[in-house]
This record gives sequence, C-alpha cells and structure tokens, in this order.
Amino acid sequence: MAEFLSLEEAISRYVEDGATVALEGFTHLIPYAAGHEIIRQGRRELTLMRMTPDILYDQMIGMGCARKLIFSWGGNPGVGSLHRMRDAVERGYPRPLELLEHSHAAMAHAYEAGAAGLPLAVMRGYIGSDLPQVNPDIRHIECPFTGEKLAAIPSNRPDVAIIHAQKADRAGNVLVEGIIGVQKEAVLAARVALVTVEERVDELDTHPNACVLPAWTIDAISVVPRGAWPSYAHGYYARDNGFYKSWDAIARDRDAFAAWMREHVIEPQSAERSTIGSPS
Amino acid sequence: MSDTVPVRDGADAALDYSFEEMMTVTAARALGNGTTCFVGIGLPSQAANLARLTHAPEVVLIYESGTVQTRPEVLPLSIGDGELCETALTTVSVPEMFRYWLQGGRIDVGFLGAAQVDRYANLNSTLIGDYRNPKVRLPGGGGAPEIGTHSREVFIMLKHSKRTFVRDVDFITTLGFGRDGQARAQLPPQTASHVGRGPTKVITDLCVLAPEAGSNELVVVSIHPGVSRDRIRDATGWEIRFSDRVEVTPAPDARSLEALRALKARTEAHHDSAQADFTASAKE
Repeated sequence: MAEFLSLEEAISRYVEDGATVALEGFTHLIPYAAGHEIIRQGRRELTLMRMTPDILYDQMIGMGCARKLIFSWGGNPGVGSLHRMRDAVERGYPRPLELLEHSHAAMAHAYEAGAAGLPLAVMRGYIGSDLPQVNPDIRHIECPFTGEKLAAIPSNRPDVAIIHAQKADRAGNVLVEGIIGVQKEAVLAARVALVTVEERVDELDTHPNACVLPAWTIDAISVVPRGAWPSYAHGYYARDNGFYKSWDAIARDRDAFAAWMREHVIEPQSAERSTIGSPS
Repeated sequence: MSDTVPVRDGADAALDYSFEEMMTVTAARALGNGTTCFVGIGLPSQAANLARLTHAPEVVLIYESGTVQTRPEVLPLSIGDGELCETALTTVSVPEMFRYWLQGGRIDVGFLGAAQVDRYANLNSTLIGDYRNPKVRLPGGGGAPEIGTHSREVFIMLKHSKRTFVRDVDFITTLGFGRDGQARAQLPPQTASHVGRGPTKVITDLCVLAPEAGSNELVVVSIHPGVSRDRIRDATGWEIRFSDRVEVTPAPDARSLEALRALKARTEAHHDSAQADFTASAKE
C-alpha cells in the first residue's frame, strides 16, 4: 500500500546497489528528481532499463551509477547524441557500460508481458534487422497454430519502477494523463513501484477510463513539484526544449558536465532543488 | 538557407529556395491526402506537417509516443512534445501504439530518417564501426525496425552525402531490401503476408531515388532543379545509376514555401520561449 515518503527516504529504502531500475516516461513525465536523488545517494552497479534513455540517463551514466543499460533509443530527442552515454560506450568513461539493445516495439511488448506475469513477449519484429545478432535476448519461436516465425523476448521485470505523475489523492491512488507511455506497464511489471507526483489532492476528479494506478500497486509516493523538469507534466508545465538543446554543449565536455551536476544536482539543498529551471 | 538554388525559368522563377526546402516540399508532396502516416522525428515530421498544412489536410499523422491523428501548430522537438498530445484526436499507450496500430497493419506510410542508407535502402541508426567496439555510437533503432516492415510502404528522407549514402551500411537497424536486395522477396509466406513493400522513395536535398524493379538497388528517378548528375555521383558512396526516364523534380510552389517558412518561424519562436524561462531562472 502506497506510503507518502520524502524522496530521500523512498530512494534510500527501495533502491539498492546492483538493482535493475526502470525510470520510465516516454518523453513526458520523466522522473528527473528521483533520478537525481539516486545520483546523490551514490548508487552503483545499477542495470538501468528505459525505452528512451535521454538526458536523465545521460546524467546517471555520466555520474557512474550504471553497469548496464537495457534500452531501445538513446539520444537527446530532436538534438542529437547523448555524449555521456557515448563516452561510456565508446571509451569506457567513467566506466564501461554494457548494452542490451532492443527496438521500441520489443521494449513495449516486454513491459506489457511483465505486467501480465508472463515469462516472455511474442511479437512480429526484428525482421531483417541485425539487432538479433548482437542481443542474445532476441530469439524466435514458431506459432503453434500458423507456423509463423515470431520474435520472442524475455519480459521486463525490473526490481524497481519509478515514474512521475500529475497527482495522487490522499489515499495514494495516482493519476497519469497525457502521453502515458509505458508507465502503467512498468509499475505493474516491477517488484517495487515508486511514484513522484506534482501534487497531492483530495480527489483525483477523473473520468472512468483514465489511467489510474491504485494505491495498492504502489510502494511509495513522494510529492515533488516540477519533478519531471526539464521534461514536462501535461497540465502543469511544458517541456523545456531550450534546456534540451543546451544540454548538448554541457554533456559534450567531461568537466562541464561534472560542474553542471555539482552545481544543479549534488550541492543544492533540497528546498532549492525543485526550483531548478523554473521560471519565477 | 545559404545553399540557394538558382532557378531562372518556369512559373516559379521569382522564387529562391534552399536545397533543404526543396527536399521538404518534395517529401511533403509524396504524402497523399487521407494517408495514414507513422511519422519519424526531424525532417519527416517537418515534411508530414507541411503536407497536412497544404495539399493533404486529411492526412492522418501518428507518432510513436501514442498520439493519433495529431495536428501540431508548431513542430515538436521530441517525438512526445505536449503539442502532439494536445492536438491529437486521442492518445494511446506506447504498447498499444506498437501492437494495435503498427503491428496491427493500420499504417500506410512509415516516414523515416536515418544516419545512413545503403544501395539496397537498408537503414543504419545504430552505430558506425563494430558493434562491440563502435567508432560512433548512434542513438539506436527506436521504432524504426518495425515501422520499416509493418507499414505498407516506407519513405526515407535524409541529406545526400558520401557519409550518409554508403554502399553497405555497417549495421542494418531497419530492413530496406537486405544485403543482396532480395531479403523481402525471400521471406517465408506467413511472414511475407504481414510485411509491407519496404522503401519506395528516398528523398534527399539533391534528388529522389527509388528501388529498381527486380534488383531493388536505389536509382535516381528525379533530379531537383539546378542539380547536376556529377554532383549526385560525388555525394553517393557507390556508383549510383540513373533511371532511363529520369525526371526533373517540380520546383516548390509559393504556397508550400510560405507554409513551410511560417511553420518553421512559429516553431523557433515557440522553442526559444522555453529557453528564456531557463535562462531567467539560471541567473537567479
């Protein structure tokens, strides 16, 4: 049953060194504040799982949190490469990063299979692609009914899933709105689910088909306004595309990156953190 | 904008336009009204929205973030900008997008970019060099491997250079026609019945290419005004051939250029305002 905890407490209690952690959010609602807390607490040897590692995973990889990355697209959307991720893959800095690489379709299917309690996902995919040659987790099975050869991949079952959402009610039920990505699947596929929210409200005030995660599917909720910045929270604030563009120059250089992380993530006191990047 | 094509004949003689504008307008024209298009970010997104704003108001644009039938006022920087959701008919989850809408066979045209394309229209967006020891690690396939096989046909859009047009890609992220041009033809029947025709057009800033019947090797079928054959040869990493009936691509019309420039201006103003917010707070 969801418990309201400070972000510091939630991460410290549930995210252990060596865990497989999925911080999800497809461009929207990326749980930056939670990822930054993992960095501050110095977690190591993590297997990071995420469809679209973007700036947050660039930061976590650049700060040495990760041993392995399971992903399907690792770039700065609309801008270019993730330079910290590239440095780790191409030059082993700050430490080598093992890659387990999929397509989006496969990752989405694998989260869904995880949520459904299945050992594998089956899809028509990877036809003619070289990806099965470099990822031993991409195999094939034959349909017992038609004989069609289909791609099979193991379910995604992270130790911990972390998502950001718009709001939680007093009981800890969580509403996700807008581009909902794979957040619901990631939460239901994981052993432990942590959620950060923009605000806590009396009533979710929603409609019958809304994407609501009941309190009993979640372990901890932390109220972190602007916790998805520089990505966005539909109905609260827009994606900071200017920041995404400026990240390219920051991340290109090891020292500029370290200085930025020190100034904006490591050193600020908790009261200041939520205001990074907020217009005032 | 520096690379302006001198066009001095025909009805549009008064128009000056860049090679990039030529590419975008040509790509937009390829999308028919009412087509269901799965849109890649960047150049394809620009072209697909230009089509919607000009000759194809009923084109259905679908982005992998789950936004169905979206009509953005400004171009998204990412595949999941809020603008796409706010202007969509509906927004579905990402698993639903890939399972029902793409794998389910609802897409007419997959519109893709890539870092590299080879002579059999295979796309590489994974890496340059060896997989375990890459020279340049690129972002990866994202949605493209399945967009490339599940859409009824695929349009590819990228700038023409020896770096982007290579004889054989280092890594096939997304199938064009395989290493020998025959990979689609050789698929087992149960698979083939669910797989589309593959790339039918490659639109660049210099020309339009299409797979030759039989061999599936890309050949030039249309050359943009003011571009010489030598220029295309010099920008291609294999011995490029020209179709027997190569055409001159129609120059952009005034309406398209105006719509494209207005779209880009709106987009720039929109994305820069977000930057102003950050700059203001960073100075505090």
